[in-house]
Formats: sequence, C-alpha cells, structure tokens
Amino acid sequence: MAHTEWRDAPELPDFSLLKRLARDQLIFLLEQLPGKKDLFIDADLMSPLDRIANVTILKQHEVDKLYKVELKPIVSSSDQLCFLIRPRIQTVKWISDLVNADKVAGRFRRYKIIFTPQKFYACETVLEEQGVYGDVTTDEWNFYILPLDDDILSLELPEFFRDNFLEGDQRWVTTAGSALHLLQSVYGSFSKVYGIGRCAKMVYESWRELMEEGEQRTRQPEFAKVFLVDRDVDFVTPLCSQVVYEGLVDDLFRIKCGSVEFGPDVTSSDKSIKVMLNSQDKVFSEIRNEHFSNVFGFLSQKAKNLQTAYDKRRGMDIQQMKAFVSDELKGLKQEHRLLSLHIGASESMMKKKTKQDFQELLKTEHSLLEGFEIRECITYIEEHINRQVSMIDSLRLLCLLSITENGLLSKDYRSLKAQYLQSYGIKHLLTFANLRQLGLLEEQQAGETLTVMESKVGKLVNDKTVGKLTDAFSSLAKKSNFRALSKRLALVPKSGEEYDLRVPRDMAYVFSGAYIPLSCKLIEQVLERDGWTGLEEVTRMLNGQEFAVTGAPNPRNKTDAQRIVLVMFLGGCTFSEISALRFLGKERDTYYVKQIEYMVNIKLSI
Amino acid sequence: VLKESKRAVNSILVDDDDEDEEDVERVSWSGEPVGSISWSVKETASSIRSGSEQSFPKIDTTPSLSKQGSGYSLSSLFKGNLHDLSPEETVRRMQKGRAFSLEKFRSLQDKLLLLDEAVAVYDGNVITAVLIFLKKSLSKEILFRELMARDVALRHYVHYLKEMGEQKLLVELLKALGRTEDMALMHYKEHLNIKDESRRRDFLKSCLSLPFSQDDATHVQDHYTLLERQIIIEASDKKAVAEIFKKFPRKASILNMPIITTLYYSCFYHYGESEGTFSSPSNIRKTFRISEKQYILTALGARAKLKSWFDVDSLFNTKNWLGYTKKRSPIGFHRVVDILHKNSAPVQVLQEYVNLIDNPDLKLGGALKYKCHDIVINTYRDLKDRQQLIVYREKLERDSPEYRKIQELLNNVQIRWKN
Repeated sequence: MAHTEWRDAPELPDFSLLKRLARDQLIFLLEQLPGKKDLFIDADLMSPLDRIANVTILKQHEVDKLYKVELKPIVSSSDQLCFLIRPRIQTVKWISDLVNADKVAGRFRRYKIIFTPQKFYACETVLEEQGVYGDVTTDEWNFYILPLDDDILSLELPEFFRDNFLEGDQRWVTTAGSALHLLQSVYGSFSKVYGIGRCAKMVYESWRELMEEGEQRTRQPEFAKVFLVDRDVDFVTPLCSQVVYEGLVDDLFRIKCGSVEFGPDVTSSDKSIKVMLNSQDKVFSEIRNEHFSNVFGFLSQKAKNLQTAYDKRRGMDIQQMKAFVSDELKGLKQEHRLLSLHIGASESMMKKKTKQDFQELLKTEHSLLEGFEIRECITYIEEHINRQVSMIDSLRLLCLLSITENGLLSKDYRSLKAQYLQSYGIKHLLTFANLRQLGLLEEQQAGETLTVMESKVGKLVNDKTVGKLTDAFSSLAKKSNFRALSKRLALVPKSGEEYDLRVPRDMAYVFSGAYIPLSCKLIEQVLERDGWTGLEEVTRMLNGQEFAVTGAPNPRNKTDAQRIVLVMFLGGCTFSEISALRFLGKERDTYYVKQIEYMVNIKLSI
Repeated sequence: VLKESKRAVNSILVDDDDEDEEDVERVSWSGEPVGSISWSVKETASSIRSGSEQSFPKIDTTPSLSKQGSGYSLSSLFKGNLHDLSPEETVRRMQKGRAFSLEKFRSLQDKLLLLDEAVAVYDGNVITAVLIFLKKSLSKEILFRELMARDVALRHYVHYLKEMGEQKLLVELLKALGRTEDMALMHYKEHLNIKDESRRRDFLKSCLSLPFSQDDATHVQDHYTLLERQIIIEASDKKAVAEIFKKFPRKASILNMPIITTLYYSCFYHYGESEGTFSSPSNIRKTFRISEKQYILTALGARAKLKSWFDVDSLFNTKNWLGYTKKRSPIGFHRVVDILHKNSAPVQVLQEYVNLIDNPDLKLGGALKYKCHDIVINTYRDLKDRQQLIVYREKLERDSPEYRKIQELLNNVQIRWKN
C-alpha cells in the first residue's frame, strides 16, 4: 500500500519502534546472565526473533552457540544455558529433565528460562514439582507484538485459536489485553473501542483494568479506533478458498511470519528461496491484493517495461553507461529478481488452480454460500472425499456446508463422516469431535432437546449458576444463522450480474465477486454507524456479545488519527480479509491496521 | 487524585519481598511519609469511597460475585501481611506476578471465592494457578463436584490435565461429570502415542468396550479390524515373491493406512483373490461396508495404474436380461475418463469412455481435450455445424484419416448445414 495512492491518507505510526523496544528488553534480559552462554530457542520463535535481532546482536551479548529446542537430549559444553521459549508445559518439562540429568551426572551449570510473551504459573509449578525451582531462574520477555508489515501487527501465537476456542482456556486473554496496552502507551490513546464476541469482551476488560492501574500521565494524542472481533463470529470466511494473490500464495506455499519459501518449481533452479513478502517488495506490493486472474497480465506488462529499461543501455556512451550502472542497474536487477520469482509463483499457481478441479471446488463453495443446489454440493463433496484428494479441502467443504446450512442432516452427517474416515484414516473421528465442539461441523439436533435439558439441569442447581449454565447451553446451541445474516447484510451479490474483477466495486472481489467477508462487512457497518445501532437483528443472530465504548472525549484532537482503525482478530485472520480491509480503507479514506493472533489457514486436525 | 491514592495504597500493600519493589515512589503527594499510620488510614478511607470513575467504562458485570467486605483491606494495611489479603487482592497480586500466599484459603468457601474471583477477571493463567492449588488441597471428589457447576474453571482444569499428561485423573474427572463419550475419545486418542503395531492393535482392542456413541463404536471396531488385517497382510507381503511384487516393488508398508488406501493396495497387488482371503478386494469391500461408487473408483484407479484395460472394462460391464453387455457406472463417465487419462490410457480406450458420457457438452469437451477425433467430428456432424468442422480440420494433419473424413463430410451435398 503506497502512501501516495491517496492525496490525503493519514500517516501510519512507525511500528518499527515496537521491534526496537522488544530488542532492547531482550538484550537487557540476556545481560542478566553475564558471561558466555548457549541459547536454546523454541522453533516457532526463530522467525519472529529474526525479525527483530540477528546473530551479531546475540553474540555481542555473549551468546555462544544457538540451538533449536527439539525436546531431545542436548550436546552443550557451556556452563550457562539460556532457554528462550513460549510458556509451554512440555518444554518446561524437558528443561527440568535436563537439569535433573545434569544433577545426576554431577554437573554444575546455571540455567535461565526466558518466557515470552509471559510466564504461566502452570509452568513454574512444573519446575517446582520436578525439584528444579531455584536451580533455574525465570524471566519474562514481553514481546507481545511483531510488526509484519506497515499495516500488519501480529501476536504470533498459533495456539491462540485452539486454546481459546477449542479448549476454552483463557490464558491468552491478558496477553491480548497487554498488547493493546502496549500499543496505547507507545502510540497514544484509543478514541473508541468496538467489539463483538466473548473473547473480545474479555480482552477489552483486561485492557481496561491495565489502563486504570497504569500511571497517571498527561493525556496523549489520540491514535486510533479499535475493533475487536472473535474468530468464531465469522467462521465462513476462513473456510473459503482464497483467490487474491497473497491469499493464494499462502494457501499454496504457506506464508510464515511474513516470509515464504518458494520451492524449485517456482525458482526454476534446484534450490528453494526464502522471500520476505511485504510492502518493501515493490512488485509484490502491487499485486498482493489483486484477484489472481489479473496478476499474470500485470506481471507480463511489468516484464516488458523492464526489458525496455534494460534496452536503454544500447547506444549509450561510456559516461551514460556509468551513470546507468550506478543509478539504475541495481534497482532493475532487484526488480528483475522479484519479478521472475512472482512470475514463477503465479505460473505454478495457474498450473494448479486453473485445473478443472479447482474450478469445480470454487463453484461448489459459491453454491454453498448462495444456498443453491445443496444436493449437488453434497455429491461433489462426497466424490472429493472418495477420491482421497486434499484432506484439508474436504474438511473445509464439510465445515462450510455445515455452517451455511446450520448443521448437516443426520443421515448426511453420518454418511459423510464414515466416508471421510474411510478415505483419510479412522483416527480423524477425533478431528470430528473437535470440530463439533467448535461448532464448525455439526449434526442437526432435534429442536427441543436443548431447552428440555436446560430446564432440567436448571432445577438442580441454584440461581447463581443458572446464568452460567444457560450461557454454556446457548453456546452449545449456537447456530450460525448464516443464510439470514447473509441476506440481512447482503453478503452474497445477486448471481448473474457481471462482476469486473479488474475494477472491484466492493469487498466481494476477494472472493471473485461471490461473497463479501462477514467479518469485514460487520466492521464496515459498525464504523459507518459509529456503533451497533440498527444492527440489533444482526448481533442477535451472532449471539450478541457486542459492545461499543468511548473514552473521555478529546475535542482538540481531530486529526488523522481518527481515521486509523486497529482491527484485532482474536483467533487469526486470512489474507483475503486483509485485502478486503485494504480495499475498504482505500474507499473510506481510512487506514486499517490489522492486528492478529496469527494468520490462519484453517487447520484443525487433531 | 484518585489514581494517586490508589497508587499509594498499592505501594503500602507491598510487603518486604524485594521482587515487589516497582518504581512506586515512597512519598505521597501530600508529603507525608508513606506507611505512617495516619496517612494510610486516610488513604484507605478515600480508596473505599472511590467508585471507579474511569474514562473507559466497564462493559460486563455478569460474573461479579458478592465480595467480602472491605475489612480485609483495612486489616491488611496495618499488618501488611500476605496471608490476610482478600480473594480479590490475592488475585490482583497473582495477575501482576507479585508475591502471594494461598495458604490462608482453607475453608471450602474461601477456596471457591478465590476461584470465582479468578474467573471473574478472565485471567486464564490465574484460574489455572488457583486450580493447581485446589487440586493439591481438596479431595478430587469435592473438586470435581464443585467444578461441575463452574464451566469456565472446568475447561481450564481439563486443559491443564491434558497438558500435564494426567490421563488417569482426566478419565476419572470425565467419568464423574458423566461425559462418557469424551472419556472414551480421550482414551482412544492414546493409541496415537503407541508406535509398535501389535501393541497398538491390542490397545485398540481394549478400546472396544468403551462407551462411545453408537457411530463411533462402529468406527473404532473398524479401526481395530483394519489394523489386525493390515498386520496379517504386511507379514505375508513383506516376503511375497509373486510377479507383481517384483514388477512394482512396494514403496511403503500398508500398516496404519486408511481403509481406502488399503483397498487400493489390495486391488493393486491382490486383485482376483477369492473373498475368503483377508487381502482380497472383495473381502475388504464387504468387511468395511464400502459403497459401490467408492469401490469402483478405487479399483479403477488401481487397475488403470497397472494398465489392465481389460479389468477396467469388466468393472463397468453389466449384462442385461438378454445377455447383452452394457456399460454402467455409479460415477460419471467424465470422471472415469479423467482417471483413465491421468493413467495415460491409449486413445482407443479413452474414446470408448468419452462416448459413454451422458452430458453432450461434457462429452464434446472430453473429446476435444483427449483428441478423440471421431467423436468430435461426429458430434459436429450431428449438430450440422459446418463452421466448427472447418475450424477443426485446420488442427489436423493433412491427409490423415480424420482430415479426409471431414473433407468427405464437407463435400457431402446431402447434409443440410446450419451454417
């Protein structure tokens, strides 16, 4: 997103400051263990760490050797071991075993665990139970937010979704609250907070508490509006195949922590190349939000221009050539390299995606979104399963069917589940149990069972708990109401209308004009109305839990900041949603900063 | 001023622990030495009065529970003792990572107040910490009973036990809660950690008696039967000497593969065996109740891979009452053509199946794609589409039989072309 695209675009704050803060704190923590030490790093912390520090910085602070945490016995001759890990019980158990093994061997070392973004009591209890509490010192590295791009911030917590929505463990609520608190203390206060979802509410409360306890300080300039949204408010969007360039790159090659590894079929050489994907990449930044059908033409035009630029060399005299080499050649070469990579990527995309299979997959998804020819869709899904093609695609389709239809008919559910287990392995009955718990894949219940059960249980317990139980039951009985929502919010444009993907007219372009992401539509509506007024019916269908709150007004300050909106997806978001919000931002002259738990690409296996 | 008083109160609550020392000033705004009795009493009074007048409002008050009176805070001010803190204050300190003590929460009522307070502030970390304390200080029967009415805490407890690998206790808990299906699944999940296949098989056998839902019980039974058969097949095929194993050496063992993969394997290596043998396709089909459609699809894939076009043919042949054979398929013939093409079937074979495609558009599409010239030409002829024939002719080699066929058609004056 080039700033120059809009005359009047608000300046985004410099998020690289967050990196510096995180780096400084890490250095401080490393210095708490003076002397040479070996550093063990959790595998999924390596990339985030790479974004803020490098080996030289670590070496400067007496880190000798670097290891990846693999939960296996270690070979290290160092007298000091430092562990940089996520607060996971399994990892702490492994460390305890190491310490105990050293003790048995009569070896003396110093151990330090740096938990990030915070420590959990459960982890410390493990140290205590294993008898190594005190032998191991612990610290916290409050590395809450990693800026992935000019307009994307990430908590890089892949387990957020599973812990919160599947297990019902709220351990990351305060983490998210602290992240908001951090942003506010660095960049200024929030003028307004909107949200929807149970987790969103809790995060808001947790952040508010932090704010109240915070030091009194002079009122800071306003920075942004905030929108908190639970992933389970909109499960439909992440279940759809992505068709904007960045989304497709993610679906096919998996973007991790802002970078992607292109295999030999893309690089047309024998090795893989790791590429950073962000607005620094000039080629990428122009195509990332485009529907993939436009990308190829764009790239070939670009290639032609590049050729012309190279051709300028002909007929140059020495002086001109010298200037060319020093001024332009480097840039051209860089562009050349990027261009050939993205051409390679879109070639393998076209190869995979223009196949009949993909066209049929998209057609089925669109029918499901529209609620059209459901029987045919089921037959297609069945065949997809029977042919044992992509396990994940089969599951995505099943979930999409369930959510859009408010659950599957009993006989369909049983038959599809049986066939799925036959094709992909019986152990996946655990996956089905998880998906049912999440409300992603359900069997339709006979209407009254729940209310009957509720009133029965209600009689058995006292009043105080009744409310909680009702909550629990209503979440059990949670219906997606997708059809009604889709109608109310006009998410699915009337079919038959031409949709020019070159000149998108609304956010539906991110799904080939077939569907406007529910999450993004909600955000648009709420910001337009400055609240939930008029959306009562919608929120009722989304199980309520919406809120909109204003901070103390600050009339002096009506600046650009009013136009920055920080959207926090609790449980992850997709690149399609990011593209849709960028589109919205362009239209409304607003900047959307996306803060996410993790990029999801729905993966819910056991 | 409220903020300041609050901060001051906080500062006095700090006990001698040095890890508690944060950057809190030790002198109040009024200049009185922090910690003096007169000062602290004044502060307590104002802190009690202070409702929360904040810039951002609280939005949800449902879980707030009747709190103990303010007696706690007053006495603690004087004693400065961790043991005298209220559940509320204790939870606050836990949230901030300060020193705390849970020892004084000895009555069941106090323990539960502490738990409810942790739940009320939404802090999963603290909820789990309190649960760990309750686990150590309450009998499991009592803890289970209390958790039954506390869904949020219960889910934290279940997750904690899962992460700690306390399988036995978890099973007991689920049993006590009457969540027998969950318990069965939890137990079944253990099989994933067993690498040795015989032990895994025995474990699966032990799962058969668990209280699964009716559906899942069938699936688990299938799982056991499947692995049992796979072990038998694997043992004999590992040393198999039949021609097919030499020609197409096995790339991997069949153990732990899905049912359909096993069926494919059996159609590949054991086609035509009698139903009595475990490894025969018909036995597998029957044992695992595989649908006709699924069976045909899998067998087709395997036989086409081996280029056994004869077997492919007989999969679709059905005899009618006059004894004529006719081809029928539970899957669309366009799908059949796809699969044949992927296995590089020769044009003659493809052509036969393209001809069987019902839908005329799909048929023409298939014929064009796989270069079944005769079908293309006949279709255009039947459509009386002269222009398309001319276009198609240009794609063909001059003087090839197909080229000449088009030529003849175009010269045929009896056809009434539509264009």
